[in-house]
Amino acid sequence: MTQPETQVQKKARPLVPFLRIPDDYPDAQPYLWGSRCGNCGTAYLGSRLACAKCGSADPFTEIQLSDEGEIYVFTVVYQSVPGLESPYVAAIIDLPEGVSVRANVYGLDVDKPSPDWFGKKVKMYTEKVRVDREGNDIIAAKYRVVGS
Amino acid sequence: MREVAIVGADMIKFGRYPDKDVVQLASEAALGALKDAGIEIKDVQLMVSGNLYQAHAMVGQRIMKEIGATGIPVLNVANACATGSTAFREAYLAVASGAYDIALVVGSEQMGKMGLLDFPGGKDPTYSTEGVMGTGLMPGVFALTGVEHMRKYGTKMEQFAKIAVKNHKHSVHNPYAQYQVETPLEAVLNARLIAWPNTLYMCCPTGDGAAAAVLMSAEKARQYTNQPVWVAASVLTSDPWNPRNPSMYDVNTLTRDAAQQAYEMAGLGPEDLSQVELHDCFATAELVHYENLMLCPEGEAGRLIDEGETYVGGRIPVNASGGLLSKGHPLGATGVANMVEITWHLRGQAGARQVEGSKVGLAHVIGLGSACTVHILKK
Repeated sequence: MTQPETQVQKKARPLVPFLRIPDDYPDAQPYLWGSRCGNCGTAYLGSRLACAKCGSADPFTEIQLSDEGEIYVFTVVYQSVPGLESPYVAAIIDLPEGVSVRANVYGLDVDKPSPDWFGKKVKMYTEKVRVDREGNDIIAAKYRVVGS
Repeated sequence: MREVAIVGADMIKFGRYPDKDVVQLASEAALGALKDAGIEIKDVQLMVSGNLYQAHAMVGQRIMKEIGATGIPVLNVANACATGSTAFREAYLAVASGAYDIALVVGSEQMGKMGLLDFPGGKDPTYSTEGVMGTGLMPGVFALTGVEHMRKYGTKMEQFAKIAVKNHKHSVHNPYAQYQVETPLEAVLNARLIAWPNTLYMCCPTGDGAAAAVLMSAEKARQYTNQPVWVAASVLTSDPWNPRNPSMYDVNTLTRDAAQQAYEMAGLGPEDLSQVELHDCFATAELVHYENLMLCPEGEAGRLIDEGETYVGGRIPVNASGGLLSKGHPLGATGVANMVEITWHLRGQAGARQVEGSKVGLAHVIGLGSACTVHILKK
């Protein structure tokens, strides 16, 4: 007797814990989220047990982070992990809430890294980057230069 | 706290030793340091081992089984790239406290060619963020550090490249260096890019190595040597809060904190230094540490290298050994090797790379994540 194939609901999963994928994705867009310290107001990516700045374990407030930010610093990685496509622009993006995120940035000429890139406005988008071993889509947050 | 001196020091030439294991490499350095100190393993009361890749595998005890299983306390230390210097500090503290009179510290690492890409215990690659959400690879991380200096002060790629030119030039005179190849500015700038602005010659190699030192109380030291090298300061810091950390590692603040504390502990200032061995894992890193260690005022690191002040023969020689860029960076060995290098200079034993009349040397190491050690050694 053959077993009927189990139907497992495949889900979209975030690459990092501070990227939230809404239940009604892809109708609703994923977003970055963080926590704000109840004592000193410092913001963090994702959840926190206590504040690294003031040490308080007061309750943290969850915050939705802006999908717009600006490039603080960047590099162009030419030699990377075997099998990974390069070069890519890897940057630190400052968000208006006072936190920063590591990100790939698109819409820049990788052959011409330049100080002109400092402070460029970028906007987040999400993309399926891999499928995990259970067959779930893995979603990453990426950034594109505004107007590119 | 008691005065502590380095009485024995040795290291093996850094490189690739596929036919030996890490315990053999470490034991060679340990035996060399014991011989240099004029003692035997039975004289050692505490042994501290620094090794990162085999942090779970009792490297210290395995070394003792190779060189003399005397049953003394053995401590295994891991602290990223600051593993060796943290091990040194543990040995220093143990002797300074009065608990022991003679301690042996051995730093060792066998990295092979893959370096940190092959680091044991990595995460599920399916969920790796590398190249998808920025970079966490060391060349990229330290590139960001240099690019931040560009943003603040207008530093140019050529200025970072000049760091590599200097250190590779120094390495020609260091027979213990993994590479002893001079690289003119054009060669550095035209080498293939690894992570902008760092080209191949602006990145330290991966490799294998070991270094060891014997530390003694002042009383013991005077019995064994007439050239003690005194540990004038030993400081370890971790990173204070910074809004971008850990998305962006901050190698500056904890280095500044460590330098400040070390100068205070030694009762010395940057103007008293004869030489510095600092953590040039990448050319971009060395430049920012000129300011972090207060070798020049804020924003003037580019000028310091432009004017050649950090060459041997310059105002404040940095990385006379060739630095990590040429000497190599076998993680657990690096911090101890810095002490060995400065000890040799203070004793006038550094051969063709000798910093003439060296009296005070500073050794700095960063382990990303982060740990920073600053040691000041003096005659």
